[in-house]
Amino acid sequence: MKKMEEVEEKATKLADRLGLRKDYATVLLAENSWFSDMIAAIPWHCPPPVPGIYSLHQLGCPSDHHRPLSFTIMHRFLLKLSSSSTNPLRNSKFQRLILPSLNLFASGSPPPPSANPYSADSFRKSRAFSSKSRALGVRCISSEAGREAIEYDVVIIGAGPAGLSAAIRLKQLCQEKNTDLSVCVVEKGAEVGGHVISGNVFEPLALDELLPHWRQEQAPIEVAASSDKFWFLTKDRAIPLPSPFDNKGNYIISLSQLVRWLGGKAEELGIEIYPGFSASEVLYNASDEVVGIATKDMGISKDGSKKETFQPGVDIKGRVTLFAEGCRGSLSEKIIKKYKLREEVNAQHQTYALGIKEVWEIDESKHNPGEVIHALGWPLDPKTYGGSFLYHMNDRQVALGLVVALNYKNPFLNPYEEFQKLKHHPAIKRILEGGTVLQYGARTLNEGGFQSIPYPVFPGGAIIGCSAGFLNVPKIKGTHTAMKSGMLAAEAAFGALHEGSNMNTYWDSLRGSWVWKELYAARNYRPAFEYGLIPGLAVSAMEHYVLKGKVPFTLKHGKADHEATDLARKCKPIEYPKPDGVLSFDVPTSLYRSNTNHDHDQPSHLRLKDPKIPEKVNLPEYGAPESRYCPARVYEYVEDEEGKPKLQINAQNCLHCKACDIKDPKQNIEWTVPEGGGGPAYSVM
Amino acid sequence: MKILVAVKRVVDYAVKIRVKPDKTGVDTQNVKMSMNPFCEIALEEALRIKEAGFAKEVVAVSIGPPQCVDTLRTGLAMGADRGIHVEANSSFLPLTIAKILKSLADVENPGLIFLGKQAIDDDCNQTGQMVAALLGWPQATFASKVVVLDKDKQFATVDREVDGGLETLSVDLPAVITTDLRLNQPRYATLPNIMKAKSKPIKKMTLEDLKVDIKSDIEIVEVTEPPKRKSGVIVSSVDELIDKLKNEAHVV
Repeated sequence: MKKMEEVEEKATKLADRLGLRKDYATVLLAENSWFSDMIAAIPWHCPPPVPGIYSLHQLGCPSDHHRPLSFTIMHRFLLKLSSSSTNPLRNSKFQRLILPSLNLFASGSPPPPSANPYSADSFRKSRAFSSKSRALGVRCISSEAGREAIEYDVVIIGAGPAGLSAAIRLKQLCQEKNTDLSVCVVEKGAEVGGHVISGNVFEPLALDELLPHWRQEQAPIEVAASSDKFWFLTKDRAIPLPSPFDNKGNYIISLSQLVRWLGGKAEELGIEIYPGFSASEVLYNASDEVVGIATKDMGISKDGSKKETFQPGVDIKGRVTLFAEGCRGSLSEKIIKKYKLREEVNAQHQTYALGIKEVWEIDESKHNPGEVIHALGWPLDPKTYGGSFLYHMNDRQVALGLVVALNYKNPFLNPYEEFQKLKHHPAIKRILEGGTVLQYGARTLNEGGFQSIPYPVFPGGAIIGCSAGFLNVPKIKGTHTAMKSGMLAAEAAFGALHEGSNMNTYWDSLRGSWVWKELYAARNYRPAFEYGLIPGLAVSAMEHYVLKGKVPFTLKHGKADHEATDLARKCKPIEYPKPDGVLSFDVPTSLYRSNTNHDHDQPSHLRLKDPKIPEKVNLPEYGAPESRYCPARVYEYVEDEEGKPKLQINAQNCLHCKACDIKDPKQNIEWTVPEGGGGPAYSVM
Repeated sequence: MKILVAVKRVVDYAVKIRVKPDKTGVDTQNVKMSMNPFCEIALEEALRIKEAGFAKEVVAVSIGPPQCVDTLRTGLAMGADRGIHVEANSSFLPLTIAKILKSLADVENPGLIFLGKQAIDDDCNQTGQMVAALLGWPQATFASKVVVLDKDKQFATVDREVDGGLETLSVDLPAVITTDLRLNQPRYATLPNIMKAKSKPIKKMTLEDLKVDIKSDIEIVEVTEPPKRKSGVIVSSVDELIDKLKNEAHVV
């Protein structure tokens, strides 16, 4: 009781001195010892001689209670610090930081915490102080409880096509309107482009809008698609069919290379890109708005203790935070759940496919740059949606892959082994013979299309690219829509930060753009395959030649991928042939070609919500599907000392594909981000 | 005292390499490159000595194409004070590198030169030793235990990992030390440090500035992949073993 009274008394004094509300002061003193220490250390009696600093009177004490507490305190603190005669920083370069910061806190009116998360007010009011501080190019660095915080105007998570397009667009808008915004992109891969893998027949529509002169700027886009072949594969034959694709005007590229090039363009514009840093946590403020992310602590050993190289993560705060983590982004999924972004627009769940790809260097005589081959049928059975692709790039390289929809029923299906089978098909073998594999990789992709797009705006930012899900399934292209979504979000963010509008304009501009039109027209192709391969093909043909999406109904997706798995006892195990070491390979050999690695002495980034479920449910009831669908052999059942099977997680192998997060029947596996810099190192994928 | 640390930009250790089709070397196009792990350990040790108060400045040096600046930036982010980039368009053999480092040492006058014991791309294990010989300085190679400096900074005590075990040497300064794997765990370059490193100076120098003769007496004729390891054979009896050794392997 007595202690409370003391605190109350101190709080009253403090409130008077600082012009704070008494209840704020009480809370501060009662719960933050650092605050009382700081208050005790400030020399209150010195006048502020530093020019350009407003006095307390000019600020108007009575109106203080409208301003966020932190601002008031920060200002007072800086004021006292700069004015103290014993100020050690007086003649140092840090004085440069204090002056503008003081201006920042003194002049504008910072946003009041608003109850309505989509309020236009919060962004509008921030206009004044934002332009002042950013014009001075000051990045605020503060330190709090062991973690440093760095502030930017816009923070983008993921240096992929969407993330980099958003960053570039922001800087372009800044140049147009003669202003500046600080933009930071964090990327978990060791290099920009290191985690990027895609087919890829690239439609340059969005790039033409973003960087119209890409042709003159040595963009790695050289091989124009010259032919579109479409095969129906049986075990021995490849039956040519009329191609549903029209890739005239598109290019066969390595998306990893293109993203590297985009990264270079972004850095030229002054965007700060930090590869090797994984965003492990979303930061929220007191009003539950997203204010940024925290990077993962580095140097924690397998048992959870801190190694001698321990470095705490850093808080990277942004006035707008854009999530561009790609398909099934770990933080994006959390955000979608938290703010119920799918329910917001009555969107369905997202559906996925797993793509496994290799880049081969083949015989010159078999190489035909520009040739595009897509195939359906073998080795997949009629009930499993998926297909294969083979694209001829330049330098005698071909990209070859198999995409398997993750709503397959048979838990004994092994997409990696199906891909190895594919390579033995006569039509494919003919092309690959005499060649060598350069790289291997795998990644999941969205197949939900229009029906699964969540509301992409949340308080504090937005979700762009495949993390929201804009892949056009019948075209099997998602790069151009991801880039466009990034550009639209950048325009909305610029409006919000600079002109006082609102991030919701991102949703509006999406719906008015060609992205929406494309995805709407393409919406019924994939769901039709719920009824089987033939009905699916029939509907696809109808849609492609006649309907083009102009029907009044929208077909719905079936069960969620993880629910679609049948019980093992209802399904037949599949026997896969042994790899021959020339065309087909075992997983370790392929994995080596992905250049994947993680520091082994770190806690496993694959978390089991309930550690008993693998042995209790996955193994007996579903035959341990994770040991089959993981393209990196992360999940293995080994015998423990008592001879009982136990799940062993080889987290070091992980390709960051997210298949386990999607397909685990009880959704027990949670993919979280490992230490930055780990994972695959794709360069031509 | 100044410490000079030579760092090399090499193909990342986890990357699968392949030989170029024309057999002139390893294909390094579009391949992930990073700082040689032994050079990271060398830099870490130099930083620890500086933090212990025995040195004032740590200077990182790299010799190679413009992309070496990225490697130097990583070094600066770890804590080096400034960097020197010696521009070179082709890759050099250890003797040439040693000559360049000697010229630099004449200019910079460091009290210690730290190098990694070898680079993981050529596994030469020669540069450190050659630098010491050219300069006439003492050398302590394969350093495996914390290097302790005498208070007056006149000599250093180094534990070396040699074939027979551990050897403790005392070397007068200035000296050359090359670092082995178990010496330390290099620190992570944190984000704030990476940001600060952007403003640290990296001086560009050319070979003309250093007056180094780069003519090499060694020419790489051909690079090929090692022959694929054949699978083993289990023999059923000693007679069969002898027969195979005599008639197939021709070693008996």
